[in-house]
Amino acid sequence: MSVTSHEHEVDAATGTATTGHEWDGIRELNTPLPKWWLYIFYATIVWALGYWVVYPAIPLASSFTKGVINYSSRAEVTAEVAQLTSARAPMVAQLAKASFDEIQKDTKLLTFARAQGKAAFGDNCAPCHGAGGGGSKAFPNLADDDWLWGTGTLDDIQTTLTHGIRSTDPQTRQGNMPAFGDGVLKPAEISAVADYVRSLSVLDVDKTADLKLGQKVFAENCAACHGEDARGNHDLGSPNLTDQIWLYGSDKATIVEGITKGRGGMMPNWGERLDAGTIKALAVYVRTLGGAR
Amino acid sequence: MSVKQEQAREMELEAAGVDAPLYASRQQIYPAAVSGRFRKIKWIILVCTLGVYYFLPFIRWDRGPNAPSQAVLIDMDHHRFYFFFIEIWPQEVYYITGLLILAAVTLFLMNAIAGRVWCGYLCPQTVWTDLFFAVERLIEGDRRERMLKAGQKWTLETIAQAVLKHWAWLMIAWWTGGAWVLYFSDAPTLVYQLATFQGPVVAYTWIAILTFTTYFFAGFMREQVCTYMCPWPRIQAALTDEWALNVTYRYDRGEPRGSLKKNDALREAGAPAGDCVDCHQCVYVCPTGVDIRQGLQIDCIQCGLCIDACDTVMDKLGRPTGLIGYDTDINVKRREIGQAALKPRLIRARTLLYAAVIAIVGGIMIGVLATRHDSGLAVIHDRNPLFVRLSDGGIRNAYTLRLSNKLPEDRAFEIRVDGFAPDDVASASGKRADTGWPLFTVGPDQTLEDRLFITLSRKALGRGHDHDEDKRDISFRLIDLRSGAQVKVKDHFIQPEGEKR
Repeated sequence: MSVTSHEHEVDAATGTATTGHEWDGIRELNTPLPKWWLYIFYATIVWALGYWVVYPAIPLASSFTKGVINYSSRAEVTAEVAQLTSARAPMVAQLAKASFDEIQKDTKLLTFARAQGKAAFGDNCAPCHGAGGGGSKAFPNLADDDWLWGTGTLDDIQTTLTHGIRSTDPQTRQGNMPAFGDGVLKPAEISAVADYVRSLSVLDVDKTADLKLGQKVFAENCAACHGEDARGNHDLGSPNLTDQIWLYGSDKATIVEGITKGRGGMMPNWGERLDAGTIKALAVYVRTLGGAR
Repeated sequence: MSVKQEQAREMELEAAGVDAPLYASRQQIYPAAVSGRFRKIKWIILVCTLGVYYFLPFIRWDRGPNAPSQAVLIDMDHHRFYFFFIEIWPQEVYYITGLLILAAVTLFLMNAIAGRVWCGYLCPQTVWTDLFFAVERLIEGDRRERMLKAGQKWTLETIAQAVLKHWAWLMIAWWTGGAWVLYFSDAPTLVYQLATFQGPVVAYTWIAILTFTTYFFAGFMREQVCTYMCPWPRIQAALTDEWALNVTYRYDRGEPRGSLKKNDALREAGAPAGDCVDCHQCVYVCPTGVDIRQGLQIDCIQCGLCIDACDTVMDKLGRPTGLIGYDTDINVKRREIGQAALKPRLIRARTLLYAAVIAIVGGIMIGVLATRHDSGLAVIHDRNPLFVRLSDGGIRNAYTLRLSNKLPEDRAFEIRVDGFAPDDVASASGKRADTGWPLFTVGPDQTLEDRLFITLSRKALGRGHDHDEDKRDISFRLIDLRSGAQVKVKDHFIQPEGEKR
């Protein structure tokens, strides 16, 4: 390998100048980058220098250079959220003040309440009640026509939301299904009353079931809360046992389990965590799921 | 190496069978002024197209108090497109698909009939470049003067002319960008806002972008856009056929070319002599700098200016015009072997097919537009839960509705669900029409979201077309209570699997 000449010879075959270097008889053609490309490249380098000064760029031991305009994407989000909150503020204030009647009459306010409620439902309620309020075992379906507490009016829903069910709120909705297996009823009696309750919902009952005993046990132990006709009590949260809706399931084993060990689901008192306007919006939204009476 | 040396080198290489390099330095083109039939056509098209572009936003169209009164308006804020009597909502954007198909096939049809009509006369790149050439010619003089000035050192005069030229170009470019933003907002209001520096930043940004692109593409890039950047010449070359009329030099008449004197002498001696006097006028007037005498080529935009140039020369010489003219490839071949030229055939399978596609797509679009509903209904079945069991054992399905009222007035609608009684159907807002079906009131040019619940009693479960079906087709009808106009939407009613009582 030797450099034979520093003069930029022209290659005979292509007419292009060479770089002047030669390696074992091989010479390299001098084909520089197009100028426009090169200048854009230089411009990007200059741009990068400016960028380092203006924007956050260089990591330091425990921090980083902030840049002269002190930009941060987090601050941008915070500002945008604040802007959104202030844009919504008049409607939120109106919502907090308005009665449910006023909300229902004002199309604009109703639309706003439904949208706010939908967002709040997704954030707070969907984990237990499901995205569409369909519920699951132990978590009531909010889209059906059956209500444990109250009759599904907006005020009832608002009360439940604000104070919760069996929560720490002093005004919480309170009511318990006791554990009848703790020496109150014998297993045979529990089995009989479970069969009897199933028969009330027109569910299939074993032919050997002692419905008479079941009826007697029901009248003595259950009717106090669930009613003589077993249609439940909305003030105590005791479910209607004659309908087709079963919070925990309608099979005999589940019913026996409920009677033996008792039931008592808990709903947080959202009044502690959400503002009054949001709770109103939630009530309005929950009604649109289908549970309206 | 100078450009000339480079090109000479290239030609040598090509002659030696070596591929030309992929990169060629650009040669500045100084098109000469020309007058004639095609120049006149180009002027008329230039004035008409630019006139429409610059002034269309100012045309008013009364749509009543609730709608803008601009004839052509793309209202991004309110998601509406207005074109005279037509109003398009975002979900009707498929009309644009139709327009694009029409535009493409019209381009094909133009090409099948007369080659690059689009490129030569109608393309914005051509029209604006043509305007920029005119400005340049007016300020700096014709081809010869401009070439001389380009080779000279700067003088006070040439500097003043250059400044004036670029200023004029920038004004045109700025007006071009300014006209663009007027299509997106009320034009007179926006002009006032822009002039008083109260316009939205996005408007100034777009004006700046389009000022730059117009100035750059029409002032500097010019024919390079057509030759290197635009895909249409490549597609066009693949779509054209031997019956398409193209700007063509008639070899049979023109060759052998030579000076007037030389060819006259040849003619007297009884030797073959062509009509082409090799005056290069056709090359000098060409905006892309091609020599049409080398035949059909990809740089040629077929603007017809070389026809005007050649006809002018032939007229002066007392020879018949048309040495360069619109002709077909078939005739080029036929003339080569001494056969008579054929009349151009406009009606052929290709043109008929394109015309048919245009007629069908255009017909469909007119049909769809004429029968366009002024109301709309979109239905989404709840996904979670799919159905809800009611306390009496019945099943309820819930749907989210969106009703659209495309008229500028309040309207009342009812929704009927075929196969169900009014009592089985309820809306979340709970209003009912006199007929018992759910009632909805939608504001002018607005949409309304609501929820609809359909209940199937325990007895009716499984009463569908098949007892094993857990999903049945149902249809919703949105009925305008005043006009009775209907929109029908299909969906499903879902019940638990195997439920039959």
